[in-house]
Amino acid sequence: MSRWTIVLLAGTLGYLVKLAGYLVPTRLVAGRRTSNIVALLPVALLAALTVVQTFAGRGGALTVDARAAGIGAAVVLLLLRANFLVVVIAAAVVAALLRAAGIG
Amino acid sequence: MGVATGAYGLSFGALSVAAGFSVLQTQVLSLLLFTGGSQFAVAGVIGAGGSGVSAVATSTMLGVRNGLYGLETSRMLQVRGWRRLVAAHLTIDESTAVGMSQQHPDERRLGFWTAGIAVFVLWNLMTLLGAGIGNALGDPTRWGLDAAAAAAFIALLWPRLRSRDARATGVLAGLIALVLAPVTKPGVPVLVAVVAAVIVGLLGAGSRRKVA
Repeated sequence: MSRWTIVLLAGTLGYLVKLAGYLVPTRLVAGRRTSNIVALLPVALLAALTVVQTFAGRGGALTVDARAAGIGAAVVLLLLRANFLVVVIAAAVVAALLRAAGIG
Repeated sequence: MGVATGAYGLSFGALSVAAGFSVLQTQVLSLLLFTGGSQFAVAGVIGAGGSGVSAVATSTMLGVRNGLYGLETSRMLQVRGWRRLVAAHLTIDESTAVGMSQQHPDERRLGFWTAGIAVFVLWNLMTLLGAGIGNALGDPTRWGLDAAAAAAFIALLWPRLRSRDARATGVLAGLIALVLAPVTKPGVPVLVAVVAAVIVGLLGAGSRRKVA
């Protein structure tokens, strides 16, 4: 799949999912269990994305490197209720400094 | 909310370019997909070497919540024709939250449209700025942009962890991803982790409350 195909397909499907909310009758999707699952969907995806992005190396092998230190810094800042951009930049800076020092 | 949106947009632009998308492709994602979590997922999955199919699938599943918002906002807005097509595109976390938090029906509609349009403009401008910065930075790992992508995911996850069900889902999904990452293709662990939402959604406190 080319980069452009990914961009256009993700965009189109993302829009269709939004539009579906305006066209589908509520009763079809309003079941308690369905809405529980749908509400938890972003949590599962984002948690898995975090883990993979932090610990998966080339070929998927698990590694603990500069990224793990970066995510540690991010968690500390999130506990301190820091702004999104502060969290993201801090993680990058920690990882970059460790790498510049030859670690991870 | 403006500062938060600006920060998300800026980070997305830089990370998307670091993942190998061009500035134009990055901008089209913000114009067309226009929902932060999904856009970060596309950049994250592709940046980590995942397939196009897993990137699109992850992005679309993250976007399902917008469809759920649409069920509420379509009742709130009562729009028809081209306005409905535009309203659907603007149906995201921020516009829904602002609209739903108002009391009077007119204020709810105004809140939705104002927040939706403001976030759309700001998000796209900051994406362009972020993409420009990402382009100038060059090698993404040298600047720790891979760690920044991980931090972006956990920062998006953080405010969603308030309930016990959500925390259980997060832990389970994380474990699934850890176990699968070494033995599957990139992108697959994230898709399978959806099982965590299904298990907790069926067994968690939410459904037990219904029985009781």
